[in-house]
Amino acid sequence: MSAIIEAKNLVFRYQENEEDGTPKKQEIPVLKDVSLSIEKGSFTAILGHNGSGKSTFAKHINAILVPDEGKVYVDGMDTADEENLFAIRQKAGMVFQNPDNQIVATIVEEDVAFAPENLGVAPDEIRRRVDDALKAVKMYDYRSHAPTQLSGGQKQRVAIAGVIAMQPDCIILDEPTAMLDPQGRQEVMDTIRRLNRKKGITVVLITHYMEEAALADRIVVIDDGRVLLDDVPKKVFAQVETLQRVGLDVPQVTELAHLLRQEGIEIEKDIISAEECVAALEALLEKNRK
Amino acid sequence: MLKDITLGQYFPIDSVLHRMDPRFKIIETMLFIVLLFMGSSFWILALGAVFVLLARQLSNIPMKMIWKSVKPILHILAVTAVLNLLFIDDGDVLFQWKLLKVTEGGITTSLFMMIRIVLLIIGSSLLTYTTSPILLTDAIESLLSPLKRVKFPVHEMAMMMSIALRFIPTLLEETDKIMSAQKARGATLDNGKLTERAKALIPILIPLFVSAFRRAEELATAMECRCYRGGEGRTRLRTLKAAPRDYIGFAVCLLFLAAAAVLNILL
Repeated sequence: MSAIIEAKNLVFRYQENEEDGTPKKQEIPVLKDVSLSIEKGSFTAILGHNGSGKSTFAKHINAILVPDEGKVYVDGMDTADEENLFAIRQKAGMVFQNPDNQIVATIVEEDVAFAPENLGVAPDEIRRRVDDALKAVKMYDYRSHAPTQLSGGQKQRVAIAGVIAMQPDCIILDEPTAMLDPQGRQEVMDTIRRLNRKKGITVVLITHYMEEAALADRIVVIDDGRVLLDDVPKKVFAQVETLQRVGLDVPQVTELAHLLRQEGIEIEKDIISAEECVAALEALLEKNRK
Repeated sequence: MLKDITLGQYFPIDSVLHRMDPRFKIIETMLFIVLLFMGSSFWILALGAVFVLLARQLSNIPMKMIWKSVKPILHILAVTAVLNLLFIDDGDVLFQWKLLKVTEGGITTSLFMMIRIVLLIIGSSLLTYTTSPILLTDAIESLLSPLKRVKFPVHEMAMMMSIALRFIPTLLEETDKIMSAQKARGATLDNGKLTERAKALIPILIPLFVSAFRRAEELATAMECRCYRGGEGRTRLRTLKAAPRDYIGFAVCLLFLAAAAVLNILL
């Protein structure tokens, strides 16, 4: 498989301003040497606590920010090159945290049409893309509703449809579930997984929910502007202590298994779902009975 | 309490007038206004009334809604009527008390003015009742597009209007939340003198403004991420297309205008 996103020795600093508006001499480094490559069609979760630089990294993929040092390539295109800007944004769509602040139009289907309209797609083709995108996020029945009539989860799905209508190869979601209730969160996560599995869209999910990250093929943990861990979920969550040291939790079942192991009970290290946990506990009890 | 402010006054049913091209409807409304101001004969108003009745028939807007559009201007109507009645000195004096006198001319003029204003209001409400705000914006953008030649930012203006429409309910909801939050901290918003109440608005307006700016910034980023780069080379999902009925409607409109012109010459 080939890499669609490639970050090489990425460094980014924020410039803070003094009270009078002049830039401070000292810049605050947010990303310190991040190198990462993301495969086409994969589902990668980027984990990190607040201020770890995970959102800043996401903004680099979409060329909202450009690196101070190092390079970011999206499908072979350098994000620092202005000429590539719209081509990159079309390849790698971005979904933000607050669904309210990314919906532009007063009607669902008009909003989904916004990106193809900007790209100058012909009206018939826009209609087709809008319908496809709305069906892909299961919001087709709501196409003529006003966004204000929808729940948070539904709005976020419309926002995702708005990005899919560009027909991107990759979507980056920056904490898309942070402002939603549990049901909305479930809806959005189901949608993301379906898009990844069925349509083969590369997904980069920025999150701090462990349960969401556990659904990914690969987890990258970013801490203090550096890649701390980068592996499949089972291996990442097995490092309970490392994660807790950087202010991250592990899924509850993983923590349970970890605590049991500390008590000297021999249970697998790599439990990340409730089903696995139940199975492992059952097996243990079975063994003890014999 | 803020929930019941409806956006615009679009009345969503299906009718011939609803389906007509909004651009034509705007021009026709303007022609109608021209017609009303063409002369001072009651025949012209009668013509206008026939036109409005015809349009209402085609729009299926219930009479109740038409009444609702006239109701808010009743007091303005009353004031104009009284002023015309007292200050127009023309024809036989019917009634005199000290300096105030009512003349025949005063009565006809005030009646004329009242009917003209009522027709004007009903005619323009029919436009907003049958056209959704988005279509209105699209139509204005399309009608103003010749101004692009003189570098007038037509697309930007239309975009601003539609974004404003989109955010009105969101910001109203937010205002409601902020008001509840301030009330929970002991702010009194509903009573006190006018100056006190005005002062009490400050802690509501400031957070609202701050959040509106934050929203604006996020929205701008989100729009750029969806490849927005102004009106240049932009296509639309829904394009306005004139149908035969639009041309017929326009012809009828011109016919009325011509009739009014003829009446004007004859009378």
